[in-house]
Amino acid sequence: MTDAPMNGQPGEVRRGLSRTDTMETVRKGLRRRYAAERRFKWYGRIAIAIALGFLVVLVGSILFRGASVITQTHILLSVELPMDAFSVDGEVTDESLQRADFGGIVKQALRDRFPDVSKRRDRRTLYQLISTGATYELRDHVVADPSLIGQTIDIWLTASDDIDMLDKGYIDRNVDSTGRRVSDQQIAWYDALIADGRLERHFNTTFFTSGDSREPEQAGIWGAALGSFYTLMVTLLLAFPLGVTTAVYLEEFAPKNKWTDLIEVNINNLAAVPSIIFGLLGLAVFLNVIGLPRSAPLAGGVVLALMTLPTIIIAGRAALKAVPPSIREAALGVGASRLQTVTHHVLPLAMPGMLTGSIIGMAQALGETAPLLMIGMVAFIVDLPGGPLDPATVLPVQVYIWADSPERAFVERTSAGIIVLLLFLVVMNLSAVMLRKRFERRW
Amino acid sequence: MVMADTLPDEKTPRTAIVADGVNVHYGTKQALFDVDLDIKQHQVTALIGPSGCGKSTFLRCINRMNDVIDGCSVEGRILLDGDDIYDRSVDVVQLRARIGMVFQKPNPFPKSIFDNVAYGPRIHGIAEKKADLEEIVHDSLVRAGLWGEVSDRLNEPGTGLSGGQQQRLCIARAIAVRPDVILMDEPCSALDPIATARIEELIDDLRENYTIVIVTHSMQQAARVSQRTAFFHLGNLVEFGSTDAIFTAPKDPRTESYITGRIG
Amino acid sequence: MIYTIALAALAAIWFASWKMGQGQARGIIAGGQRMHSLPSHYGAYTAILAVVPAVLALLIWSIFQPLIIDGMIVSSLPPERQALDDLFLNALINDIRNMAAGNPVRDASDPVIIAAAAELSGWQTTANFMLLALLGGLAVIGLFISRGQVVPEMRARNRVERFVMVLLILSSTIAVITTVGIVMSLLYESIEFFRRVPFYEFLFGLHWSPQTALRADQVGGSGSFGAIPIFMGTLLISTIALCIAAPVGLFSAIYMAEFSSPRARSIIKPLLEILAGVPTVVYGFFAALLVAPLLRDGGAQLGIGIDSESALAAGLVMGVMIIPFVSSLSDDVITAVPRSLREGSYGLGATRAETIRLVIVPAALPGIVGALLLAASRAIGETMIVVMAAGLTANLTANPFEAVTTVTVQIVTLLTGDQEFDTAKTLSAFALGLLLFVVTLALNVMALRIVRKYREKYD
Repeated sequence: MTDAPMNGQPGEVRRGLSRTDTMETVRKGLRRRYAAERRFKWYGRIAIAIALGFLVVLVGSILFRGASVITQTHILLSVELPMDAFSVDGEVTDESLQRADFGGIVKQALRDRFPDVSKRRDRRTLYQLISTGATYELRDHVVADPSLIGQTIDIWLTASDDIDMLDKGYIDRNVDSTGRRVSDQQIAWYDALIADGRLERHFNTTFFTSGDSREPEQAGIWGAALGSFYTLMVTLLLAFPLGVTTAVYLEEFAPKNKWTDLIEVNINNLAAVPSIIFGLLGLAVFLNVIGLPRSAPLAGGVVLALMTLPTIIIAGRAALKAVPPSIREAALGVGASRLQTVTHHVLPLAMPGMLTGSIIGMAQALGETAPLLMIGMVAFIVDLPGGPLDPATVLPVQVYIWADSPERAFVERTSAGIIVLLLFLVVMNLSAVMLRKRFERRW
Repeated sequence: MVMADTLPDEKTPRTAIVADGVNVHYGTKQALFDVDLDIKQHQVTALIGPSGCGKSTFLRCINRMNDVIDGCSVEGRILLDGDDIYDRSVDVVQLRARIGMVFQKPNPFPKSIFDNVAYGPRIHGIAEKKADLEEIVHDSLVRAGLWGEVSDRLNEPGTGLSGGQQQRLCIARAIAVRPDVILMDEPCSALDPIATARIEELIDDLRENYTIVIVTHSMQQAARVSQRTAFFHLGNLVEFGSTDAIFTAPKDPRTESYITGRIG
Repeated sequence: MIYTIALAALAAIWFASWKMGQGQARGIIAGGQRMHSLPSHYGAYTAILAVVPAVLALLIWSIFQPLIIDGMIVSSLPPERQALDDLFLNALINDIRNMAAGNPVRDASDPVIIAAAAELSGWQTTANFMLLALLGGLAVIGLFISRGQVVPEMRARNRVERFVMVLLILSSTIAVITTVGIVMSLLYESIEFFRRVPFYEFLFGLHWSPQTALRADQVGGSGSFGAIPIFMGTLLISTIALCIAAPVGLFSAIYMAEFSSPRARSIIKPLLEILAGVPTVVYGFFAALLVAPLLRDGGAQLGIGIDSESALAAGLVMGVMIIPFVSSLSDDVITAVPRSLREGSYGLGATRAETIRLVIVPAALPGIVGALLLAASRAIGETMIVVMAAGLTANLTANPFEAVTTVTVQIVTLLTGDQEFDTAKTLSAFALGLLLFVVTLALNVMALRIVRKYREKYD
């Protein structure tokens, strides 16, 4: 650039630094400054890359580990069902069926399949191919169709978790056998079963229909899903009406005074109180003073309702604020009372926003773990809960329980549990987004 | 480059900036239509016109402040001492160091008065030593007519000054970089009459050393401070000439309507 | 069961009385008179009079009935059983209740239990009938009163609206009641705790080992409750978390606010917010399963001994968790810096980076500090990540490669599983909870204040 058109003007030369020199200085600094600019931009890019990279690794690793839960290894056994094992005095009754030694029959079937196993210790390792739950699978099968008794049937029984892990490739057979959960012997049997076509992976119904179990291959997510459902129902039934009425009161009716200030300060602070504190409140007040049942969705729902209340109130107030005052003035102008104005005009317009806030609050509640540990929802519960008063656990707590279990197969279950939990969260958040898009209104 | 022919001639002032067929679009909306304009050195050129007429847009083209706005595109050429400032080889940082700007609302940084003025020299690396920096700050504040009022509180925040003082601080901040040209975008619109009068005086003083382009919505101000005036209307440059001529004998009927108060 | 019946009955009464009041009002209007309010207002008024007293009665009943019946059972027991201490007496009463409800009982052959259970069921049946009669009576009285009040001059709408207002006000006090509940329950249990363990020992003691022996012959210490190692552990992990989250969050926010195109921003911002939506238990699993072993093995490669429950692993993952808090709060405060300041800086020829570093960040600093305080409060109160990835034993160290424990981890370990409510061990969890509450509250209040002041400055 040409410079110095005004060089030599009176008052222009200061301390020997002319405008020409100034521009020269600026020009010289440019390279360094633009390098700094690029560096700065890269800091930002790297920061975002770190954050998103973590997200990808987090979700990816869990998907990677959990997806295989879809299938479960089964073993086809030829089971002999001798008449005398099921009958008392030659007669098969319900009672005699219940008393039959199905476990022994399964073990016998295994011995029949591998007749050359004779040592007691070897037999015990042989039995470990099959899940302990196989006994009940066989019983249910026979009870459903007693005419099978006296025959030899082929039945797919659930394999043990170790065999399942071996089949899915999580256990490396090339490792020295002392450091591995499956013995060389078991691997040989496993190979023999595969060669026979007697070992296959089938869809894992157990995982999607049962409650918890100490045995990974029998543990399911359904009990926790039901628990989450009952808990969230209680939360919703409490938090939604309370949240909406509070928002309406504070936004539409409350006078501006010390008391309403106090309420507002409280709401803002409650939103930031650590969740575990709510658990302590639940334990000390709801369980020990009021006497709600321990481990029950009712108590959990009440605690989570208190936690989500601030979210719903804040979202509700924002939705009410977005309704322009002209609507209120129009209603009041035709002689509606303030309450009628709110219920007939303001509330319906604000409802989509309030629902969106509530769904987001529910999603938060669904992912919450810590306060529920305090009120005993971390108990080991096998039975499916039948209502909000039954002992239950919830999805995130189930994940926590499984994550704490040492068996390799529980890593898969835990990851799968997380996938189920995340799926629910995605659905809830997406519906909130859609609701917002659908009813978004520009005034 | 050659010193001899750059010496100013009192009778025919040198041309500092030439705008040649400037069109500006904001997205799909055209804001300026084919503006041709030349700005003389050491004069005050006023841009007037009703709001939304494109005068501010044109001003912001001169130091490429429109670059920061998404979707804004500028066509045509603007020559600063013969070089197109929209040429690829031109560096916008360097350009802005040559063409300073003062904004509608006083916008001192939330820093001390000293740091406000020292900001430009610091980022451009003009003054390395503290003594040099102090000299520049002192000089700039003196030129901006603010030294007497703030000399004893240079370390207090610039945001604590009155509106008029803040605007003079912003002018000092612009001067500190030693620009050739100072652009002023309605510099007095947020100020009271007394503060306005001081700024106008200051503008007149500054003319000696700087080329000044000022956007104003006040015709009286244009008449008071400027030597030449350009009248913009609906994105067109309607009339451009000496301030006296525009205000006493406008050629275009739109100009006449505007200065007599019928439109705008 | 009885409560379900009672609630169903009340719902039925509500609808029926609404219809009655409405019908009565319609009748009057049909007779040619003008009423002050709409018929439905009279319906609502009638329904409120009939049902609300009954609901209140039901509430009171549900609180006192079990107490009274328990008292009656105890007094019906043989004297030597009445003399049992509370623990055994409660177990006995539980057995009796289970027996009466038809649930399995430990000692089903105990004649005392059988007799008492029979009596209990008898009383319960009586009580249930009494309750239903009470509710019905109250409803009838309410209806009777309202009958005379459905007249043209009665301002039913105003009265109904006043009732609704009372409901609104009551529900808005829940937030205050919750806070009071938290403070009271924490204080109450903490005071119990400080009766056993001196306050200064808790606050300044250097040794934490809450195991207390139940009986003299058991192993296990007398328990020491010096919480300093726990505070230090919490501090260490939170500091690591902030060291990750502050730069990453801040630079992400700056990039999104100042450099990225609106399109890129509209993609990146929701993606970052996903990090905030992931349940903490997932982060905990991630930390324990992937990050901790990775660090341990990496450390072994470099010859550094890193614990598999190191503070570093927990802090790192916690840092990732709070990145979105820092970034979205900072994004808010950065975009709140007025445009005029940016333009002033660009107008002087500053580059974007210079403008950010020298003008925007200093101007937004109070807001950013507020954001970091909020993030710190999150980190301190975060539970699941540390429960799953940090250590259990108190360890007074500042070495991030060692395992430390935190306040929240201790609360969880002290209170999960079976607990008795009066051992110092259990109560100490509440003292820790009180401390956690106070600290996070202080941080939040401070942060909100700073942020609000900052907003006022640029509004």
